[in-house]
Amino acid sequence: MAVRTYLQAISDGLREEMRDDERVFVMGEDVGAFGGAFKVTDGLLDEFGAERVRDTPIAEAGIVGTAVGAALAGLRPVCEMQFGDFVACGFDQLVNVAGKMHYRLGLAVPLTVRLPVGGGFSGGPFHSQNPEAWFMHAPGLKVVAPSTPADAKGLLTAAIRDPNPVVFLEHKHLYRRVKGEVPDAALPTPMTARIAREGEDLSIFAYGAMMHTALEAAEALDASVEVVDLRSLVPLDEAAILASVRKTSKALVLDEANATCAAGAQVAALIADQAFEDLDGPVRRLATPDVPIPFSPPLEQAVLPGAERVKEAARDLLDY
Amino acid sequence: MESFDRRAGELLTDDDRVGLLRQMLLMRTVEERGLALYKQGKVPGSFYDGRGQEAVSVGATWALSGADPVCSPLIRDLGAHLVKGTDLTQVFQHYMGRDNALSRGREGNVHFGDKGVGVVGMVSMLPDMMVVATGLAMAYRMRGERRCALTFFGDGATSRGDWHEAMNWAGLDQLPVIFLMEANQLAYSTPSARQFARNPIERAAAYGVHAVTVDGNDVEAVFVATHDARERALAGDGPTLIEAQTFRMHGHGAHDDARYVDPSLIAEWSERDPIERYTARLAERGLDVAGLAEDVAAEVAEAVAVALTAPMPDPASATEGVFCEVAPEGSQLGAGAERWSGFAASAGERLPSAAAA
Repeated sequence: MAVRTYLQAISDGLREEMRDDERVFVMGEDVGAFGGAFKVTDGLLDEFGAERVRDTPIAEAGIVGTAVGAALAGLRPVCEMQFGDFVACGFDQLVNVAGKMHYRLGLAVPLTVRLPVGGGFSGGPFHSQNPEAWFMHAPGLKVVAPSTPADAKGLLTAAIRDPNPVVFLEHKHLYRRVKGEVPDAALPTPMTARIAREGEDLSIFAYGAMMHTALEAAEALDASVEVVDLRSLVPLDEAAILASVRKTSKALVLDEANATCAAGAQVAALIADQAFEDLDGPVRRLATPDVPIPFSPPLEQAVLPGAERVKEAARDLLDY
Repeated sequence: MESFDRRAGELLTDDDRVGLLRQMLLMRTVEERGLALYKQGKVPGSFYDGRGQEAVSVGATWALSGADPVCSPLIRDLGAHLVKGTDLTQVFQHYMGRDNALSRGREGNVHFGDKGVGVVGMVSMLPDMMVVATGLAMAYRMRGERRCALTFFGDGATSRGDWHEAMNWAGLDQLPVIFLMEANQLAYSTPSARQFARNPIERAAAYGVHAVTVDGNDVEAVFVATHDARERALAGDGPTLIEAQTFRMHGHGAHDDARYVDPSLIAEWSERDPIERYTARLAERGLDVAGLAEDVAAEVAEAVAVALTAPMPDPASATEGVFCEVAPEGSQLGAGAERWSGFAASAGERLPSAAAA
């Protein structure tokens, strides 16, 4: 065990898989000598060389599409989108080519696409988005979103070893802000939910950066609040979600993503459908309203769910 | 065109020639039979064929080694599947939406691929698979394998951004990939004159991609162009864009009467039918090809008879197979049939990678 930042943990996970499996390689814009826009791939070029740490043209469809080809040929590509927002340019290759390949033709596409996502630092409308719902809606893609350094490493290990295309959401606001104990060995984290904080009165469901917002709010509340870190959105750990709701009877679901059809909407629908009789109040949701993420700090803070709004919503629900 | 004839004379044996004609006849016969099954209500959806374009996929695929994948044949390129050795009965079961080893009923028309023979099936968003083929070539280069990938797309597909990304990427790294543009002059109803201002073949040089134009209705010319592109690719001299000039003789699909096509064009291109031309040419050479059509018809009839007895897929299986459960170890693309006589003649010189896992 060593204390690592979220960013270091992702780097470690990548490096260890590359050491263990010569089929693994990384590709993306500026991932080589520059080490990536956020330095996740810093040092990899020196260790593994330019064949396995590939600087690509600015071509997101090219990055995802050539990675599909490499995966069919027996390699294990790990693609970096410089910002998660840019995956829109490679959307078709992920959704129509990679996602449908196994169902249609029986060909596996072991491919990891890393998306630096999320807001909170004046990235503006093109560098702050949380696009996970696009991919949750596309059959054949797995979608994972770690919140801790240990899970960042473990879920990346799991994603790279998975025989399917996996969209790996790494929250930019956690990169250097969050530190934690990380196992030295490369241990895949299961694509299941995790109880981040035990409680009896209310369950808060969150993932990525919102998991920390949920914990902050839970600590401040004068109640026994459970925080469930979803970790994986596809597959979604329905059993863990329902078990928590059945215990607490109240559910608050957080998303940093835009509200409509967000991951949290799926969680809320699941609870309404499967745990209605266990509820002692409405399923409440907090998410970013359906706007592009604005640049100016007061505007950005006005739309992203923060701990105060979570506490307020939790109190309302506790009092219900 | 004269140089293609000379090269063909150097590269092809009479057995190759008979084989090329046989595969073109097979493609046409399968598609004629498929169209008939569609009209009988036995093929759901619509039916798409490559009538008049048989020389393109057959000639090009004939030039590939067993280990060279096709990624991916389009709806006019059934010949690539047949030359690679895909089982005819499975093709018919697939057309009819019956349970089958190629697509398990999850796909229709020419949307299939037999990974066992090194064929990756197409997607409808053209030319997406051109980028995937570039990725296969990238992997071969990374591993030092002596293989190249062949991909097909129509002239209309050159308008999309993926075409640029693939051309740029392959040119940049001089990857072993062959881009075969079937210039059949129509993208559904839109003529190429409404697709681009200048022939896309003119763009190739700017990408660092070698370019060559051939008569797409001359199977030997297509073979030679592909053979030479493959040699360049394996020598490390990078990708080639082949423009195969041809014409789509039927509608986009069976539902399309193609009334937007000038009938004089159909008449003009009928005179250049690749099968009729080649049959006459081989007969002139003194080759006995009279019995080929009958042999092929019998083979197709037998496949159809078996396919008609196959069950429909189990509805309960509709949600199966979205995800892969067990990771494959190496390349998922097996070796297909190796048709060109030149491979057998030089078998000793080839690297073991040709026997792909």
